Amino acid sequence: MTTSVAAAPNETARAEPHRRLQGKTVLWLGAALVLISLVTASAQGAYAIAPLDILKTLWAALFGGLDGSPEQLVFMNIRLPRLLLGVAAGAGLGLSGALMQGIFRNPLADPGLIGVSSGAALAAAATIVLGSSYFPELPRTIGSWPLVLMAFAGGMAVTLLIYMLSQSEGGTRISLMLLAGIAINALAGAGLGYLNFLATDEQLRNIQFWLLGSLGGGRWSAVLLVFSIVFVAITAGLFCARPLNAIALGEAQAALLGVDVERIKRRIVLVTAMAVGAITATTGIIGFVGLLAPHCIRLVAGPDHRIVLPGSAMLGAALVLLADAVARTIVQPAELPLGVLTAFVGVPFFLLLLRQFKGRV
Amino acid sequence: MMKNTPHAPQPSSINRRQLLAAAGAASASLWLPAHAQTSAKLPRLVTLGGAITEVVYMLGAEGQLVGTDTTSLFPPAALQTPKVGYMRALSAEGLLSLKPDAVIGTTEAGPVVVLDQLRTAGVRVDLIEADHTWAEIQRKVQVVGRAAARVPQAQALQAKLDADWAAVQKEVADAVKSRGRKPKVLFILAHGASPQVAGGKTAADAMINFAGGINVMTVSNGFNGYRPMTAEAMAAAAPDFVLTSTQGVEAQGGLEKFWARPELALTPAFKKRALVQLDALELIGFGPRLPQTVRALCQQMVLA
Repeated sequence: MTTSVAAAPNETARAEPHRRLQGKTVLWLGAALVLISLVTASAQGAYAIAPLDILKTLWAALFGGLDGSPEQLVFMNIRLPRLLLGVAAGAGLGLSGALMQGIFRNPLADPGLIGVSSGAALAAAATIVLGSSYFPELPRTIGSWPLVLMAFAGGMAVTLLIYMLSQSEGGTRISLMLLAGIAINALAGAGLGYLNFLATDEQLRNIQFWLLGSLGGGRWSAVLLVFSIVFVAITAGLFCARPLNAIALGEAQAALLGVDVERIKRRIVLVTAMAVGAITATTGIIGFVGLLAPHCIRLVAGPDHRIVLPGSAMLGAALVLLADAVARTIVQPAELPLGVLTAFVGVPFFLLLLRQFKGRV
Repeated sequence: MMKNTPHAPQPSSINRRQLLAAAGAASASLWLPAHAQTSAKLPRLVTLGGAITEVVYMLGAEGQLVGTDTTSLFPPAALQTPKVGYMRALSAEGLLSLKPDAVIGTTEAGPVVVLDQLRTAGVRVDLIEADHTWAEIQRKVQVVGRAAARVPQAQALQAKLDADWAAVQKEVADAVKSRGRKPKVLFILAHGASPQVAGGKTAADAMINFAGGINVMTVSNGFNGYRPMTAEAMAAAAPDFVLTSTQGVEAQGGLEKFWARPELALTPAFKKRALVQLDALELIGFGPRLPQTVRALCQQMVLA
């Protein structure tokens, strides 16, 4: 991926084995892909609901007239919030991955690098293991909210720590942030290992399932919260597209071009931490989306962040929707963990693209 | 739609019928008679936990059983029911697709959100607290009886089990008196590569005490829950007997390999190869077969 990272965005003179798709085409294709995934996923599920009934339910939900039949209850309370959570989570993870790879100018960067996932995991595991012995009544009174809030706070705290460690006289140093991120992630991993040791068998299973991710916790309240945070993050993130194109030339070059590099870094760390923190706190860890989606878009459309950022968000949403549709149906009435499937669905797709466009890597 | 999953023959046929009905029908009009029909029948049940499933079969309510979890392994017929997965990682839509009237589990079932979604959809959710006492089994029988609308049968079963239990308790008390000393027992959970031993507040601990033994891991420096087995701690604890599950011995590759584990070499139990193995669900499942299991356990723990 060195070409797309180091090279200027508008490199038309270079000989290409395949022609790149136009930016607009990619975005239209992306939007269509999300729509198709949404329709496909909404028709899939353990509970048999005829497509016609889904349309009727949606119509009734919009214009009144929900009659409370079992199909409508299942669709409106379980499947629909889950689909929307999938869209928000996938879009947030895809966008954050693109932002991270852009600001780190490193193709291996993913949202986990600034510690938000490992922080959330550590806090979630601590809540699962220690919460029941110190606050045994808490889960009964406010349900699963303590876990969500603790995971979010944990992600924020660890990100802040890494951000502070990467400060030097000249401002935030990205190379410091990368190394501090790796170190703190390792530390969080050790903490997680210690909690695994303390945990009982049931707690251990709970931690494992949390780490594998699931959209099963999609209630309307959680969906609305994640959706609004991801919406703000995407809006703020898209404003970083042009500055990121300049930063691709090098931070000094970008500064010469009039980009306030420091402000962009701060904004990207904040946006990623908020979005990924909120997503991870609600769904657990959904791997690979943040890493794969930006690469796929760059392979077909080139490194222009005005395309890569929204494209990654769309591809991320479609990937999570489809993976979750498989997770929900393949072993019904049980359910596979989502984190397993994002890799199973995403990696072959990525490898296919890699073979197809190997000249560009 | 992946309707033909291998272990879900029953719901797939139901789903297909309902799918066809829903697709073919103009709308809900065809639905109403089908609904009225089911509500007149006995409640449809999903059980989460091997012991609870056993109670359903003992009450003769297996015809009402539309789904069980992965721990429901007995009676063998329970293996043929649709499996809703591991009880801590349930799927709301998956469960609802079985159209249950009641879901019966232990307080370990989850996630909480899924249970809430089930309640929202009008499914009765009964969670039984596991405190490893005889009362736990009584609760299981009563709760299943109520949920299955088989209260008289549940009362009869309860009376029979209580009588069994009283008899077994007396046998154990007599055995302890005649033996003079309670054997020190080490329970090993050996299902994986790194075996764990049971401390206090575990089902295994309760079973050892029921059968007139002492859980060696609660004697000095006792701990609660399970801990990895280490050679020095086992030598220091000096158990007279090792108690484990048949499945655990199999997972270790047979009795020979089980005893070859270095952690056990310095224990009194090792010298006599004093091992009691019982089926895992019987031993730590806290189901209605508990009196027989305690009797068998007591009879096998004879100090030489």
